[in-house]
Amino acid sequence: MNRTLKDKATNFSFILPALIIFAFFYIYPFFYSFILSLTNYTMIGDFSFKESFVGLTNFKDIASDGDWWKSMYNGAFITFWALSFQNILALMLALSVCRIVRMNKFYRVVFFILPVLSEIVIGLLLRRLMLSEPAGRDVLNHIVNNLGLGFLAQDWISGERVRLITALVHCWKGFGWAFVIFLAGLSGIPEQLYEAARIDGANAWQSFRKITLPLLMPVITLIMIITIIGTMSAFGMILALNQGAGGETTVPIMMIYNHLGSDLAGLACAEGLVLGMVLVIVSFTMFFISKKVRKKYGVLPD
Amino acid sequence: MAFYQTKKIVTLIILHTFLLSIALSCIFPFFWMVNASFKSNVEFNSDYGLKPASSILLDNYKEVIIKSGFWRYFLNSVIYTFTTVILIVFISSLAAYSFSRLQFPGKNVIFYMFLAAMMVPLPAGFVPVYVMLQQLGLLNRTGYVLAMSNMGLSISIYLLKTFFDQLPRELEDTARIDGCSKLQTWWHVGMPLVTPALGVVVIFNALNVWNEFVLASLIFADKKFMPLQAALLQFSGEQVTEHTLVMAALTVTSLPIIILYIFMQKQFVKGITAGTMVG
Repeated sequence: MNRTLKDKATNFSFILPALIIFAFFYIYPFFYSFILSLTNYTMIGDFSFKESFVGLTNFKDIASDGDWWKSMYNGAFITFWALSFQNILALMLALSVCRIVRMNKFYRVVFFILPVLSEIVIGLLLRRLMLSEPAGRDVLNHIVNNLGLGFLAQDWISGERVRLITALVHCWKGFGWAFVIFLAGLSGIPEQLYEAARIDGANAWQSFRKITLPLLMPVITLIMIITIIGTMSAFGMILALNQGAGGETTVPIMMIYNHLGSDLAGLACAEGLVLGMVLVIVSFTMFFISKKVRKKYGVLPD
Repeated sequence: MAFYQTKKIVTLIILHTFLLSIALSCIFPFFWMVNASFKSNVEFNSDYGLKPASSILLDNYKEVIIKSGFWRYFLNSVIYTFTTVILIVFISSLAAYSFSRLQFPGKNVIFYMFLAAMMVPLPAGFVPVYVMLQQLGLLNRTGYVLAMSNMGLSISIYLLKTFFDQLPRELEDTARIDGCSKLQTWWHVGMPLVTPALGVVVIFNALNVWNEFVLASLIFADKKFMPLQAALLQFSGEQVTEHTLVMAALTVTSLPIIILYIFMQKQFVKGITAGTMVG
């Protein structure tokens, strides 16, 4: 009896360090943010729930805050482009790389450079490419003009199309990551299926539509969910690129970061909870939709 | 026959044009960055940094690394990355070994807790962590490293646990019969066997810390403790007109990673996609 108790204690001690860090930096903050979101605590002095309690004021403020909903719209806009343009581009690239033999490795290496680098590096690099001081010496406009694409020349980081440009930069940074996952998914599809289809007289589009797409559905779902969560929780690139362009490209997580930077801890927590809830709901919906689709395609039994 | 030959060649040309144009868009900014970092500001302003540098001028690097203190930020980044990764490797492999091999009450509940933490998105998780660190008086390097160790912990435990599960237990049985304690078995038998998975864990977490800036710019008010990303953001804000200096700073931050990536391409891809493949 004593021996097994000591045994269990030893076994438990193996996970103790992980559990302590996890409790301190995940579980406690998780519940703490619910408490904080009900207060107007501004990081001055010790936290006292009684004195700073304001009920649901923060949530009411958020609901009627036009800037917040605008930032939600901006985030949704960028996410929409990431879901469609970025992922379709990635799938097209993955399908192309599968069909060629030469330079296969080169493309794989090059496409993944951007996901390896930090958002700050990418954002700052493109900022310098798009904007120049002294004014009127923008490198990108110079390049565009010299390529005979002068109609594209514009104010890239604060002009009227800044939201679209930011979304495209986001896609550009992220497509390599989706490309790699698509590639892994494609290599999991057995070659015999394509051969059988060819013998049956299917053309390239038919075999894509009837074999590749249905069998890729789980991968597509995964990529979509991660794209949504990843896009909505990333803002470093935008911060470095155009600092929100006066509200035009401000995303929710950036507002939270800015509010926390000005010590509005209570409000920032409430906003974080709202955003978290939205993301959970969206990703669960996505999951169920994809399950329905997969059933329709007959990939998923019952 | 000739028709099919031409059709095939045309398809290949179209595919390669498509792939090459995208690939070029990925590489071009970095050539421009490195090229411009060798130029004087005067030269940069006359040719937009597009022509090859007339001479390899290292003044920008001297200025950035020594005068602007990037040697310190680089060192900070290395220290934070190194300590965080070491911490995660030890803590997560101990926990993973225990989850896979040892019995104790509440094991499944605790394991599912880690799993849930991995699945539930907490986009603004940095907010309560920051407030908590401030109250504990941990707005310093220790607090930063500890908070960062938690970020990759769940995924690392999961990866290592699944890897341990696939390994045969015979070697460990032999070790036990030879009189090894559990701790010794973990260290001498378990750890060498999971090296492939450890590689993924190391790269995943190292890149995470190296590229992190949110907590870093919140926690470190004093510039001299900042890691590269946070310092870079500030530096670029200060140097509005000195493009070539910023290019040198960007090169110092990103080139080591690009070179490492090119040499260890497979491990990097595995490391970065590890977090996503779990789901």
